[in-house]
Amino acid sequence: MTTSLVRIEDKLYQNRYLVDTGRPHIKVRQHQSPSSNLLALTLVCPANCYEVNEDGEVEITADGCMECGTCRVLCEESGDIDWSYPRGGFGVLFKFG
Amino acid sequence: MTVEKFDAIVVGAGMSGNAAAYTMASRGLKVLQLERGEYPGSKNVQGAILYANMLETIIPDFRDDAPLERHLVEQRFWVMDDTSHTGMHYRSDDFNEPAPNRYTIIRAQFDKWFSRKVRAAGAIVLCETTATELALDADGKVIGVHTDREGGIIHAEVVVLAEGVNGLLGTRAGFRKVPKPEAVALAVKEMHFLPEEVIAERFGLSGDQGCVIEAAGTISRGMAGLGFLYTNKESISLGIGCLVSDFAATMERPYALLEAFKGHPSIRPLLAGSEIKEYAAHLIPEGGFKAIPQLFGNGWVVVGDAAQLNNAVHREGSNLAMTSGRIAGEAIAMVKSRGRPMTSENLSLYKAMLDKSFVVKDLRKYKDMPALIHTNSRNFFMTYPQLLSQAAQNFVRVDGTPKIEKERATTAAFVKARSRWGLVSDAVRLALAWR
Repeated sequence: MTTSLVRIEDKLYQNRYLVDTGRPHIKVRQHQSPSSNLLALTLVCPANCYEVNEDGEVEITADGCMECGTCRVLCEESGDIDWSYPRGGFGVLFKFG
Repeated sequence: MTVEKFDAIVVGAGMSGNAAAYTMASRGLKVLQLERGEYPGSKNVQGAILYANMLETIIPDFRDDAPLERHLVEQRFWVMDDTSHTGMHYRSDDFNEPAPNRYTIIRAQFDKWFSRKVRAAGAIVLCETTATELALDADGKVIGVHTDREGGIIHAEVVVLAEGVNGLLGTRAGFRKVPKPEAVALAVKEMHFLPEEVIAERFGLSGDQGCVIEAAGTISRGMAGLGFLYTNKESISLGIGCLVSDFAATMERPYALLEAFKGHPSIRPLLAGSEIKEYAAHLIPEGGFKAIPQLFGNGWVVVGDAAQLNNAVHREGSNLAMTSGRIAGEAIAMVKSRGRPMTSENLSLYKAMLDKSFVVKDLRKYKDMPALIHTNSRNFFMTYPQLLSQAAQNFVRVDGTPKIEKERATTAAFVKARSRWGLVSDAVRLALAWR
């Protein structure tokens, strides 16, 4: 990919997070082949939380999530994902916002 | 055993939640406010511009101690193609008034300040607490909330849903739907730090004067979108947002869009040498009047972004949020002072008051704009900006071509790109949606 010269990891590194280890607030439902919206998340998620794994399934690592809700808007209704907010105090903590 | 019961629970400590909690607490109501962040503001993201009038109505002397960055004296609107911008700048010394009209703010700091006022007014603010579900009685009346803390339901006469554009409680209870992808924009934003004097020099500012740039055009790659640059005291807020439905259709990466915007020859020199300290993402309600959900029910009201109260045309959001929160607070206090129960019938006062305010009047004025922009994004955000740039360059560049030929070439380019009928039709539809 030539579109992102800057790595998203470097951007997220600026942010402050309190990760709730072992309790991800978003889960992807098991699937054979991803829906088009679920696949779109691998590009559209602003924190790059979604990736296609070796089995062709979309999976999520929610650690860098900025809790914007884009994936909820695109994929909750179809049942592709289960969406919640992190427990109180956990997740992204904006210094400026 | 006595169960503590509040007059009102406010879910969320953003602009609308703080306005509602402050208004009710200062009228003597027993208010509990829940915030899932570590401190008020830690989950909130905005550009951000504060409109003084709406805050003044709530806290008249806010200028004495609110954390304000710069008061705005100049507004630039840019239409951009890949190498140029065609701009309209408005700058006036009139904005250097004793009580300025608009300020830039940093939300994490501003929300902490607002929350201190809420506490001082007598409300209990409980942070690090995620409200997970509304509690309803057998008749479907809201009687409180469930949280992720131990201890069961927290009871209240009424719950104010100030939970933001992506609020969970109202949608889980079926009071409103999760926003549609074409009714919300995803914005990404960075905080670029520069010395105060460098910002002043680059934008021609002195003291606490500020400047705003809002930009549309090929920077959104044919999607319906807007870029912005706001000057703070020692930083620049820079961001770009486009409709979620357009992102899903084009599969553009939001941060690649932001990087391209930063690299644009008109923006790059304004940011040169800056240190980036935060990257944020947030949804913005763009559905307008037609997306406003049911605003009240038995034991609940909804305010701010959660109620889609955002004027996308004028880029006004937080002032609508604050005003809706204040009005909801006033309505609830009135119902309470009359000794009436918080039923749907009595809480309809909130909607009646909101309908009379600028909030709903402004949104009603532009009710057809979201659909027009959504269905014509390629013309408005790609074709026209390119044509405008060509026309401006044609006008400015001197190369010995007779002026009459230049004019014909410009007209021909517009007709070729959109046809005469298309041009007239776009103009008429835009005028109608604006009217």
